[in-house]
Amino acid sequence: MKKGTVKQILLITDGCSNYGEDPVAMAALAREEGITVNVIGVVDHDVIDERGMKEIESIAAQGGGISQVVYAKNLSQTVQMVTRKAMTQTLQGVVNKELKQILGSNVTMEDLPPEKRGEIMEVLDDLNETVDLEVLILVDTSASMKHKLPTVKEALLDLSLSLNARTGNNRFSLFLFPGKKKDVEKLIDWTPKLEKLTSAFSKLSPKGLTPTGPALREAIQYIKETSIKGLLTYDGEEFFEESV
Amino acid sequence: MMAKNSLKSLYNIPYGTIIKGKWHKETYKIIKELGSGANGVVYLADWNRKRVALKVSDRQDTITTEVNVLRSLSKAQGMTLGPSLLDVDDWELGDRKVPFYVMEYIEGVDFLTFVRSRGLEWLDILILQLLTELDELHKEGWVFGDLKPENLLVSGPPIRIRCVDVGGTTRIGRAIKEFTEFFDRGYWGLGSRKAEAQYDLFAVAMVIINTFYPKRFQRVATKDGLSQIIEKIEQIPELKKRRKVLMKALKGEYISAAKMKEDISQLKFVRKKRGKQTLSNRRKTREFFISILESLFILSMICLIYAIYVLGKVL
Repeated sequence: MKKGTVKQILLITDGCSNYGEDPVAMAALAREEGITVNVIGVVDHDVIDERGMKEIESIAAQGGGISQVVYAKNLSQTVQMVTRKAMTQTLQGVVNKELKQILGSNVTMEDLPPEKRGEIMEVLDDLNETVDLEVLILVDTSASMKHKLPTVKEALLDLSLSLNARTGNNRFSLFLFPGKKKDVEKLIDWTPKLEKLTSAFSKLSPKGLTPTGPALREAIQYIKETSIKGLLTYDGEEFFEESV
Repeated sequence: MMAKNSLKSLYNIPYGTIIKGKWHKETYKIIKELGSGANGVVYLADWNRKRVALKVSDRQDTITTEVNVLRSLSKAQGMTLGPSLLDVDDWELGDRKVPFYVMEYIEGVDFLTFVRSRGLEWLDILILQLLTELDELHKEGWVFGDLKPENLLVSGPPIRIRCVDVGGTTRIGRAIKEFTEFFDRGYWGLGSRKAEAQYDLFAVAMVIINTFYPKRFQRVATKDGLSQIIEKIEQIPELKKRRKVLMKALKGEYISAAKMKEDISQLKFVRKKRGKQTLSNRRKTREFFISILESLFILSMICLIYAIYVLGKVL
């Protein structure tokens, strides 16, 4: 049984963008392309100001994803939880869409009696376990992120461990912004496991600018160019023709 | 009605709040909070003068998934590890629908508190009970997942271990979704997060270790996970005694909970054997004494007969 692919961008940052396009607009673009954008704000001793908080929430809301601000020490658990929840959310969107087609108008899972919900949940659990997943990780390496990068590395290795326990296939790629010469730089191309990460992070030289918008634009472009066919979106016709 | 509408969070539903189910029309009166986590809050509630535990959550999928697990477990015969499921419904709160489920209220104290207050001899016994239950669970095709002392309640008398949170319970072969770092073999670099019996058995070993390190300890990223745990085992004599079992469980060498159970009851047997040895030693000493007394008696009899003989000759 061939199934579609859930596509996500995971943005890890600690503050507000200050260069290039509006990242919220780029998140809207991502969603149109069937890509979910999740945002994790990492704080340490510092705090994210109101503007930064608002941007983090807006990007995720616009990108159909989940946002969460955490202390660096809790990053591992958050990264895996956010990725999973967003995946469930995407799949639930697909299932709800299907339900509307079968049951008509505005019926969602909540309108069904608990017993029926249970059956649908089983289907959803199956999808969560078996669907293919592509996550493009976009890490902010501006100066203030420097001392948080070892924790980010740990968290990403842990994410790979969690997701690779699933039956479905995973592909990860890692981009940093700002890059050495460009706004964004590819560090690791699509790979099923994030083991190579260990050496990758040590070569970083954090800079001042935070071009979140341009970085998102590049990430969307890259996913469009390189990802495997069989996009899973909210209008997941293709997906359900293949899997059901 | 006023109170209902002003209720902003599910985390502090006041005493006396009536929760009425939309579908099954049962009513529950909130008594107090029993516990809360990232996935919802559990309240003690009154249902027709019976005490029940009621879980509410913002997340529909959390409730539905947990209900599915509880249902499958209650279908399986003899599965008594988790609480039994009583009801599932929605609570209409203004224009919000809050999903909830109701389960058996298990009264008891948490694992660590129990062992601390009742004595260390209960540790192995409770672990044996837990392994018996886990073995059943694994045979039914499930892995408990988020196994930790907070999720283990000791009820009774008769004293029995129960698991109260099935949020992490996963079908064998699937990915574990809920875990706690200290009890997760993935965190220590000692295995995958795929649900299998060994995943739970690793956590059982960590529960035993947690008994002696109530504050737990963290992994140092630069060092190998296993040697850090071994270091901690070596520091506590009671853990050192259990070293062999712990090591096998940590390394994933037990193919089933039953195998681990065998080794733990062996631990007890060794202790008994040592008891027997002292007993037989004592018996040996007594036998030695008796034999000396016997020889003395025989010797004195011979002396007596000889004396009589000599006397007879003289007379």
